[in-house]
Amino acid sequence: MFVGKKKQGTVEIPTTSLPDIVFLLLIFFLVTSTIDTEKGLDLVLPEPNVSELKMAKSNIANILVNAAGQVQIDGQLVEVMEITNLIKDRLQNNPLLVASVKTDKNTQYEVYINVLDRLKKAWGDRPTRISIAEPEEN
Amino acid sequence: MKFAKKSKVAASIPTASMPDIIFLLLLFFMVTTVFKMYPGLHVRLPDAELVKKIPGSKRHVVSIWIDKNKQVVCDDFKVDKISNLRTLLYEKRQKDPQILVALKVDKESTMGLVSSVQEEMRKAYTLKINYNALRGIY
Repeated sequence: MFVGKKKQGTVEIPTTSLPDIVFLLLIFFLVTSTIDTEKGLDLVLPEPNVSELKMAKSNIANILVNAAGQVQIDGQLVEVMEITNLIKDRLQNNPLLVASVKTDKNTQYEVYINVLDRLKKAWGDRPTRISIAEPEEN
Repeated sequence: MKFAKKSKVAASIPTASMPDIIFLLLLFFMVTTVFKMYPGLHVRLPDAELVKKIPGSKRHVVSIWIDKNKQVVCDDFKVDKISNLRTLLYEKRQKDPQILVALKVDKESTMGLVSSVQEEMRKAYTLKINYNALRGIY
């Protein structure tokens, strides 16, 4: 056979399927990657075996949450909605205020988180001073 | 000038750089994806407004799941007796002093178990907690 044209010197790899591969990879990652749910409320627990730090009672706001989800600040029953504003007011008078939170065995976790959330809101951007009280041994 | 042959105008997008793009994409995903290490328990997280991402590296995070059936799982270990948790966490802390515990507690749990877990954490001196929650208003 008489070959009309010169043989091609370079050999080309057919790249027509590359976009397909790219899209497949992309779709795989789009489908499998999940949004990070590692978000939450930070807290630092008090150290163990530390005998109660001597603090003036006036610097502590005792917050009790009972099993029914009712909240008491220093003996006074308050609505959950009011917590932020009440603590904010007390903070203005006393910036060294520490909120001590104590819960009952049967308090709903959801209520506890809600109280914690509102307490954090009271401090805003400033470092929060929240302490978790030791549960009663009964 | 006479043209010997018809000039073919073939508009083809040069695809020579496609492999480079694919490899770059692949490398990017290989570097950024974090695989979920442990399946954990199925929990429904509570809602909180001030949820924040865990600052810094996620390598120091130890997850503890507490579901509504009062089961406790720490990373890949099912905790039958809560008092075992203290040694478990202590060992983890020995390996990594910057440990941060991500508490994934079901919103319907009660505080009894959560308080016990927190007490164990205090004894193991792993004091940094993050209560995992979804962004929302309770």
